[in-house]
Amino acid sequence: MVRSPESPVLSISGLVKDVGPLPTLDGKMLRVVSGLSLVAEPGQVTALLGANGAGKTTTIECAQGLQKRTHGSISLLGEDPDTAGAALRARVGVMLQDGGLPPSARPIPLLKHIAGMYADPWPVGELIERLGIDSFSRTSVRRLSGGQKQRLALAAALVGNPEVLFLDEPSAGLDPQSRQLVFELISELRNRGMGIILTTHLMDDAQRLADYVYIIDAGRNVAEGTVAQLLQHPLPPDAGEQHIRTLLFETEPGLDFTGVLPDGVDVTEARAGSYAATGALTAADLAAITAWWAARGIMPRSLSLEARSLEDVFLDISGREIR
Amino acid sequence: MTRHSAALGNTLPGSGRQGRPLGSAPAPLLRRIVLQGKYETITMLRNGEQLILAIVLPLLAMVGLTVMPLLDGFGASRINVAVPGILALCAMSTAFTGQGISTGFDRRYGVLRFLSTTPLGRTGLIAGKILAVLAVLALQVLVVTAVALVLGWQPDPLGWAPGLALLVLGAAAFTALGLLVAGTVRPEATLAITNLLWILLGALGGIVIPAERLPALLQAIVHLLPSGALGQALREAFLAGSVSPGPVLVLLLWTAIAGGAATRWFKWN
Repeated sequence: MVRSPESPVLSISGLVKDVGPLPTLDGKMLRVVSGLSLVAEPGQVTALLGANGAGKTTTIECAQGLQKRTHGSISLLGEDPDTAGAALRARVGVMLQDGGLPPSARPIPLLKHIAGMYADPWPVGELIERLGIDSFSRTSVRRLSGGQKQRLALAAALVGNPEVLFLDEPSAGLDPQSRQLVFELISELRNRGMGIILTTHLMDDAQRLADYVYIIDAGRNVAEGTVAQLLQHPLPPDAGEQHIRTLLFETEPGLDFTGVLPDGVDVTEARAGSYAATGALTAADLAAITAWWAARGIMPRSLSLEARSLEDVFLDISGREIR
Repeated sequence: MTRHSAALGNTLPGSGRQGRPLGSAPAPLLRRIVLQGKYETITMLRNGEQLILAIVLPLLAMVGLTVMPLLDGFGASRINVAVPGILALCAMSTAFTGQGISTGFDRRYGVLRFLSTTPLGRTGLIAGKILAVLAVLALQVLVVTAVALVLGWQPDPLGWAPGLALLVLGAAAFTALGLLVAGTVRPEATLAITNLLWILLGALGGIVIPAERLPALLQAIVHLLPSGALGQALREAFLAGSVSPGPVLVLLLWTAIAGGAATRWFKWN
């Protein structure tokens, strides 16, 4: 793959992280990241997508200098995060998964305090307005809702006007309105040239936000690409040549489609009258089913065709069994 | 395929930051530390439980010691013997119990991790905590001294310089111990340990009641405890204007050992 000539904001190569020794493993070390590599560019949202426990948070915490790596190299804005000083930290914004805000603090004094750590911070008033913090500015952190806490944590990460922004599970606990607000802001920051690295286990986050996605499983890279590229990811061998699609339609309940669609297409009736036909559907199959409806005078109330989602790709790659 | 940057010519609409480049320099180191110290001082003073521990209980103990005969025979008056011990108790309240508990919960809530990613960093965070301990201790000394003078305290004028220096040394030893506890066990355990030790050392650790008044079994070890050493050293300073090397050495050793252990074993997350 050809990389942009512009220097990346973050470059991780062959990262290995062992934790422990753990009593549950007879005092042995547990390898939570094993040989992971990634590159994040400025002006792009780079997503680390993976299930809980895949090693996403460990990876970005090594990049933030919060955890010491066992092996591998990390370059954050050209510096090693383990030995970097205040000058590098001033250029990097971090939103932790658990927020990291003192429970007794009130939003505005807290933001002003953090802003004081920078020579040229983002004006706190602008951030408060932009993230709708006004509405809960007199409430202590411990009494904020999940969405309010996330918005405040994002403001705290942005107050230094960083070149690189780390977001660990940014949509956790967000209500739909907050999510919209946060996603719009992330897109604008990307357009300003900020390099944004986020972790998520939600396909929808990655699909909506990410310019480039690294799928992480068991501490390893398993796939990478733009969302569009990942959707073209080769299907598992048993899925055949064609792409899996799902035809969703609503009509009268209790219909039997045996003989209408080919054997490989699986039809389920999730609710009475609401059907999903999943498989390697072809145009001929669509013609067959609509002809079958026409012959019986059936007009579906709704009808839609869905390609594979990122979730399908993810499950194809990392396996469908529950771990 | 090329991943190209979309950075050119884009601005954040309606934000007033058009054209301003990303990134900032850190504020100067001293400013960061002073800001953190101020923030932590205000947080400590706003916390009701901490105020009780830092001011109310030491004042109650001071009044108690002037009405009970526990300290008779050690100095010209009960209050003269009581006040140095109360000042030592103040240092233990703030540096060990108060600071330990707040650090323990800051660690639980990820506050230490978050702040260590800002320009403040881990060193600035610790420096800010030390500054806050010293600021609260200064306030305690003012309040205790004012009340003690009203109650008739007559300190040796030569005792002030060594006395204040010893208080700072004592605060250093107890801060190191508080950080060691807060950084290695769960915050609930930190709460229990630091409160229990405050009571035990306060009553039996030679801090307000001189070792000589304690059971013989305790006397030998009390001299080696930071509480006993600080109490004894402050009594010598404010009663006689003198400093003996023994307690100072004990405090220096506790500071070095606990500080080294905290540096080695403090878990940030």
